[in-house]
Order: sequence, then structure tokens, then C-alpha cells
Amino acid sequence: MSRWPPTIAGLVALVLWQGAVWLTDVPAYLVPGPVAIVRAFLAAPALLLGSLVSTLIVTFTALAVSTVLGVGLAVAITSSRWARAAIQPWAVALQVTPIVAIAPLIIAWVGDPFSALVACATIVAFFPIFSNTAIGLASPPTELLDLFRLNGAGGWATLRLLRLPAALPFFLAGLRISGGLALVGAVVAEFVAGAGGFASGLAYRILESGYRLQIPRMFAALVLLSAAGIAIDATLSGVGRVLLRRRGGA
Amino acid sequence: MTLLRIEGVGRRFANGTEALRDANLTIAAGDFVALLGPSGCGKSTLLRLIAGLDAPDTGVLRWGDGAANGPGMAAGEIGFVFQDATLLPWATAAENVWLPLRLRGIGREAARADVQAALGRVGLAGFEGARPRELSGGMRMRVSIARALVGRPRLLLMDEPFAALDEFTRHGLQDDMLALWRDAGCTVVFVTHSIYEAAFLARRIVVMTPRPGRIATEIRSPLVPEPAARFSSGYAALVGDVTGVLRTAMT
Repeated sequence: MSRWPPTIAGLVALVLWQGAVWLTDVPAYLVPGPVAIVRAFLAAPALLLGSLVSTLIVTFTALAVSTVLGVGLAVAITSSRWARAAIQPWAVALQVTPIVAIAPLIIAWVGDPFSALVACATIVAFFPIFSNTAIGLASPPTELLDLFRLNGAGGWATLRLLRLPAALPFFLAGLRISGGLALVGAVVAEFVAGAGGFASGLAYRILESGYRLQIPRMFAALVLLSAAGIAIDATLSGVGRVLLRRRGGA
Repeated sequence: MTLLRIEGVGRRFANGTEALRDANLTIAAGDFVALLGPSGCGKSTLLRLIAGLDAPDTGVLRWGDGAANGPGMAAGEIGFVFQDATLLPWATAAENVWLPLRLRGIGREAARADVQAALGRVGLAGFEGARPRELSGGMRMRVSIARALVGRPRLLLMDEPFAALDEFTRHGLQDDMLALWRDAGCTVVFVTHSIYEAAFLARRIVVMTPRPGRIATEIRSPLVPEPAARFSSGYAALVGDVTGVLRTAMT
């Protein structure tokens, strides 16, 4: 697909937005135009980019933890019926619990603000990796599992040569969803933590700008957030494509 | 020499279906046995029991001339070909054929000559690096057969391997199958629901009937095992005989 249609549609929307702001003369603390937002960003680029980096560090740490936990637990429930019965319901319970409801508790319990933010983001991001990988690990047909048995393969060989490679495309699809969710989780946690948290992430800047009626800066932080989300998604889907192409197929 | 003696073997599944009742069959080393019958006659169940992938509820499977029960053969001594090629989609043809050897701890380099020979035997020399999705259905089945033969199994079990292929491809593979059986010198048990296929390939045609699955009778093939047999009058007569026996057994 060409990149032109979304670019043109976006530019048209920006022009209409700026035009409407000029024509109606609405104050910037209510609705800032794109020009005011860009100005607000240029007025303090280091502050906003620093906050972006802070949020991204939480996001990627949570994504890494989710990957280790998600793949590890998926392997556990595939290898043992007991582990499946023990883990599965709790994973689902964690998935359906709204993070805004438990974030205050986690922030209160976990003393270190960075760890608390990573914990919240991990709770949100963990599930797609876990459940997709578990489906992928169970995806090889019975015939292939029989073939491994006939050739005397143990659980480890079956995992390494059959289940894990079969799970790769499923894991990558889960990872892509989790990437976006980790960012959302990090932002939600920062919101809940407020000044009591890391006091440096993009969500904190959004809150702070709101209190100070620096609405253009708030919008600039928002734009950075969605740009970061799009970049994470594009990166993870690119990594997935390259990995699958390099091994020669799904 | 007797390879396997199946004595009074029965299998009932957990849902109550009696898949196989009182099966008796002796398989000699070097035999080509077809298990022929409609779906539900227990032929695939019997094949899985022979492979040791399932255990009988009654009866025994005795290997060799001894009284040994159980799997009877070391890992890798049984080659299995399924209805679908069931290749690893991410691996090349050569890597797929290497798999059984790899699972026995034989490295890529040490296996290379055997892998190439097996692919050559099924007419796929030069396709070592091809992925399954780059191959036709017939070629994928050839890779699957090479994978089953690469470890020089003593027993080759095939579960309707050509059922999903078009007729031209199927004829080609059947012709090659006869040559492979002659050259490899292994015992073949071949499950099929095609009378034509059983008559063309097998030395012994074991006719099975459904509900409950059981062995009705056995017919010995008078044909010479070679592709030209397909056009002989003996082949037409054999197909007629088997059809008649099946019809009688079913009523």
C-alpha cells in the first residue's frame, strides 16, 4: 500500500484544524492549533524528549519482562497438565482486571517507582505474548508429534525442534500487540502514580501541563506518545517479518 | 522370517467405540501388506498399534520369533508416512529428511550423504534447499517418504499416503513405491481404502470390515511387482476378486 493516502489525509486534517482555530479565534488553552503545538514542543524539546525516553525505558523493560514471563509460562503450561491447571486461570484473572484499579496498590506496595511502573505495564502487556505463544506451542499436528515419538525424541528435543519453531509466528503476533499495550500500561501507571511516581514520563508531563494550563505542551506530549506507539508497532512488525523471512517461511 | 505376529489384538476407545476386534495377522520380513477397507474398519488403528503409538486392550503383538511384547523395535527402526506430508514448513527438504537422524543425535554433516541418497531415491535430487511451500503436493509426499526411509527402517508403515493426491501423481508415486520397496528391502504395511492401489502394490491384501473393525480375510497377489502389472489381465482379475471379497465381507 502507498503511504500517500494517510499522509495527504493527515495534512488536510491539520490544515482544516489550523484554519478552524484561526477563524473561530478559540483560545489556545481550550483548543491549540497544530502551529501552537509545534511551538510548544520547540520551546522545550529536551524536556519532552527526555520524558519520552523515560516512558520508553519503562515500556521496553516491561516488554522484555513480559516476553520472558509469557514464553516461560507458555512453555510450562504446554509441558505439564498440572502447570496448565495452576497457571491458566490466574493469567486470565490478571488479564481481565483493569490496570487502573490495581495500579494504586502496586505503586503503594512496590517501593521503587521504576519497578512499580514496570510491574503495571507488564501486567497489561504480558497476556497476548503468553496466550499466543501457548497456542503456537500446541499448534503442531498430532502426526508430527507422533513422528518425534517414533524417533525417540524427548520433551526437550520436541520443544526445541518442533514446538518452539512452530510457535514463532504466533509469538511475534503476540509481541506486536504487547508492544502497544506495554506503552499504554506504562502511561496508565504514570498517570496513577502522578508526582509520586517517576515524575518524569510523558504521562506526568501531560498531567503537569494540564494543571498549569499549558495545553499546547499537553498536546505535544500526546503527539509524541502516539508517534512512539506507531514506531513501536512498526518496529516490532518489521522485526517479525525479517525473522520469518530469514528462516524461510512461517 | 517372521517379523511380527499380531495375536487376538483388540482396541476399544474411551468413548466406547470398538475400533478393532480380535485381529490376527503374521507379517514376514520383506512383506508388502496392504490393509484394505472402508473408513471405520480399524486399519489406521491397527497401524498405530504396530507403530507402538497406541496400546491394545486385548491380545499381544509379538516381535520376531521371541515372545517380546511392547514396542519391539528401537527408536528409528520404524518409518511412518502419514496421509499428509507433515513436513516442518520452516525447514528445507534436506533438513526435513535429516530430522529422524537428527533426533538420534546424528549431526548435519554426518547425515549429509544419507539425506542426499534418500532424496535421490525418491527422485528429488537437486531439491535439497527447497522449502515445502515451494514444492507440489506430490513432491512434498516424496520428501515425506525420503524422511521415512533415511534411517533405513526395518518396517515402513504408511497411512493412506497417496489418498490426497491427484490420480496422475498417485500413479507415479505408486510405480516408484514398488521400486523403493524392492531396493530398500524393508517390510511395508500400507493402509488404503483404494482397491486398485492395494491390488497394484501389495503382495498380501488384508481385507477389513467396519463396526467393529476386524480382519475379514486375506488375498495373496499373483502379480509381478512392477509398473507394467497395471496393464495386465491379472491385475484386472485381482481387482475383481478383491471387490467381490469386500462386498461379501460387508454383508
